[in-house]
Amino acid sequence: MAELKRTPLLSEHLQLKAKIVPFAGWEMPVSYPAGIIAEHKAVRAAAGLFDIGHMGLIKLEGANALALINQLATNDASRLAPGQGQYSVLCNEAGGTIDDILVYRLPMFYLIIANASNTDKVLAYLKSAAGSVQVGLYENYCMISVQGPQAKALTAKILNAPLDDLKHNHTLWWRDIIISRTGYTGEDGFEFIVAKKEAAALWQAFINKGVQPCGLGARDTLRLEAGLPLYGHEYDEKSSPLDAGYQWAVKFEKGTFVGKKALMSGRTKTLVGLEFEGRTIPRQGTTVFSASDSGICGEITSGTFSPTFNKPLALAYLTRPESKIFVELRGNRQLGHVVDKAFYKRVK
Amino acid sequence: MYPENLKYSQEHEWVRVEGNKAIIGITHHAQDALGDVVYVELPPVGKEFKAMQEFGVVESVKSVSSLYSPVSGKVTANNASLNDHPEKVNLSPYDEGWIMEMEISNPADLDNLLSAAAYQATLKK
Repeated sequence: MAELKRTPLLSEHLQLKAKIVPFAGWEMPVSYPAGIIAEHKAVRAAAGLFDIGHMGLIKLEGANALALINQLATNDASRLAPGQGQYSVLCNEAGGTIDDILVYRLPMFYLIIANASNTDKVLAYLKSAAGSVQVGLYENYCMISVQGPQAKALTAKILNAPLDDLKHNHTLWWRDIIISRTGYTGEDGFEFIVAKKEAAALWQAFINKGVQPCGLGARDTLRLEAGLPLYGHEYDEKSSPLDAGYQWAVKFEKGTFVGKKALMSGRTKTLVGLEFEGRTIPRQGTTVFSASDSGICGEITSGTFSPTFNKPLALAYLTRPESKIFVELRGNRQLGHVVDKAFYKRVK
Repeated sequence: MYPENLKYSQEHEWVRVEGNKAIIGITHHAQDALGDVVYVELPPVGKEFKAMQEFGVVESVKSVSSLYSPVSGKVTANNASLNDHPEKVNLSPYDEGWIMEMEISNPADLDNLLSAAAYQATLKK
């Protein structure tokens, strides 16, 4: 097995007594001594700090960078104002997903944020299509995220940054840190693109203010409650952004792009939320049956225990519309209901 | 972390013997490895299990683990308070977090269990 990669914050995590696990080729904290549930609740009630240094930062530079991005990704990057970011999807010709990404238009170049598990694949793909565009890792930088209702006040204080006018999905280049008002938790929050050598100081500034460090475990329960997809679960090379419910990120009218033809025929399945009447947690891969005729109607892509709602929740692809379903878990039938996949919606 | 008066299985259950009864739960090591416990599937009272037979599961946020009966016997009680407070398994694994009580049918099974020191030695491997 190849050596695991480390973010600049691994020693911080060890000092905080985090439980470290291998994830997508990285040594990452899955939880801290507070535990996943306490970390999750800290983000919903106050703020939580995440090392997301495993995310892939890919820089695209050159006169044709915009054209390249618009040819390979489904959203329309020509709509980006300077400093703005957008959610987008790299599809294959069949409309399946190579990766779901964020595209930023920065002053000198475009930056793509890829999933850790897909960074090598995305980098090779972009390079293969690059032409005159210079494509490479933005390798001296990494990402840290602070999320939660107190994220803005904390960030404003720690960085002395003017955040009142910073809109969702926009960035502020502030003292060599790119502050992006984005996140993956359903809360207001910020993602910092920071020089690796400055990362520990930024991390410690938040920790010293008493912000709860959060691992990948809480990151997963938070995104699931918010109904946000995760590559390898809701997305794969056979699931399209339309299947996942991201039709707003597919801009057919912008012209030609990879996967357009296949996507024109629409979605093949629908991503839904599931709530259950029992306490057993249905996990990824569990078959979903219709409660009306007991036929197979879909499959669970992510299932977890929801700390906010204190019960199991799941995301699932259904191949036909249903309202009542059941799953078989260790020989027991557990009834469930189809609901909006955004289980948690922040009160703005 | 590993009380001397208990016996331990290699599957990370503990047993407290009281007369012909065995009170059973999971060890500190097991609860720590699982993380926040959110559901315990309890064995029904009256059901019989053989030693090393699966008698239930414990679910944490991230994973699900089978529970194996350290001895053969019949379930005489289960800890129903875990239905509302599964976190007791984390907070008090040897006391409030107990999972089931059995009537021991084959006392020789106890000889296959480990002392606290022997169990801890297996964790260091």
